Amino acid sequence: MVNAAQIRNYLEEVSDPEIPVLTIIDLGVVQEIYLADHIWIIELTPTYSGCPAMQQIEVDLLAKLQEKGIANAQVKHVLSPAWTTDWISEEGRQKLRMYGIAPPVNESDKSTLFAEPPRVACPKCNSMETRMVSLFGSTACKAQYQCKQCLEPFDYFKCLK
Amino acid sequence: MQDQALFEYVLRLADDSLILGQRLGEWCGHGPILEEDIALTNISLDLIGQAISLYDLASELEGAGKNHDQLAYLRFENEYKNVLLVEQPNGDFAMTILRQFFFDAFRLPLYEALMQSPVAQLAAIAAKSVKETRYHLKHTSEWVIRMGDGTDESHERAQAAIDHLWRYTSELFFEDNIDEQLQERQLVPSLKGIQANWMETVKAVLSEATLTIPTNNWKFEGGRQGRHSEHMGYILADLQYMQRAYPNMEW
Ligand SMILES: [Zn+2]
Repeated sequence: MVNAAQIRNYLEEVSDPEIPVLTIIDLGVVQEIYLADHIWIIELTPTYSGCPAMQQIEVDLLAKLQEKGIANAQVKHVLSPAWTTDWISEEGRQKLRMYGIAPPVNESDKSTLFAEPPRVACPKCNSMETRMVSLFGSTACKAQYQCKQCLEPFDYFKCLK
Repeated sequence: MQDQALFEYVLRLADDSLILGQRLGEWCGHGPILEEDIALTNISLDLIGQAISLYDLASELEGAGKNHDQLAYLRFENEYKNVLLVEQPNGDFAMTILRQFFFDAFRLPLYEALMQSPVAQLAAIAAKSVKETRYHLKHTSEWVIRMGDGTDESHERAQAAIDHLWRYTSELFFEDNIDEQLQERQLVPSLKGIQANWMETVKAVLSEATLTIPTNNWKFEGGRQGRHSEHMGYILADLQYMQRAYPNMEW
């Protein structure tokens, strides 16, 4: 009989379709895993409300469990507590950097309207001399930056709290 | 129907998000610059995502066994309860940004207040959406300032957008017996407080942008009762085409 910890291990093999270098465990979207009425319930929390990757993640996740011989699984979407970039694992942050995406930095109070964009290190050359090109990027979770030192344009995984 | 008033309330929120999301989606491939094309469609996606969560809650409250797609795609015009502001045409970039700015400045304090609602699912949707809305408001505020305090032409266009859209802003704070009933049950906040907060944001940003608030108080209302402007039918024709032509289609 499989247990929740094993299922969590299996889910380490499911990657985020938009940022394939991250597993869904690294991303922090898997919440509770439990057995209810002989069915394994996997709780998933969306990163952004309209993130199209969530549907693909559900399909990939169920296919992975199927492959491991677990057919009695179901995904339950939970909104609360709301996902935050704080849930991305340390390992996930390392992987993002290696992949060329700057991981989220701790941003000060975002409620201030006219706050400066966060200072983000270039994932290529580590320079702090970077500038924000746009608050919105290739996916809901990213902003566009450019390094002034090496000129590399890069994605910044923006802080969500 | 288990809770008619709460159903109506959630439907209003959902319709605002859906119709504005649909409007912003029209910019896809037409943005003035690539970054802005991406930004507007990202905001659209957030709004449609929020609409899905809200329709899910609404359908639960309605208890008629409809799913979110049926609520989004298969109602008649007078059954949509969004404010007139969100259905107004995109116009030029200034018009789109000002429409979005007025809406974001309303939605942010509303979501902040709804996070305290004893309706757990509504509070959860608000807590999720508030984070996204902060980014939207930050983005639109910055554009309002850049345009207002920019060139003569950008200033003129931004002011023209404000002058045109102002008449639709009071409806954001429209309250009827649905709101009163829910406020009495302490499920939702009063929109009076939200309006004060909205006005503070609008004044701060417009003054920074050297733009002025119109003095006329002409009001256009009716959306909350399903009485829409002439633009709504065209939006629904676009939005509902596939479901009407191929009922129950999925992909
Ligand atoms: Zn660099």
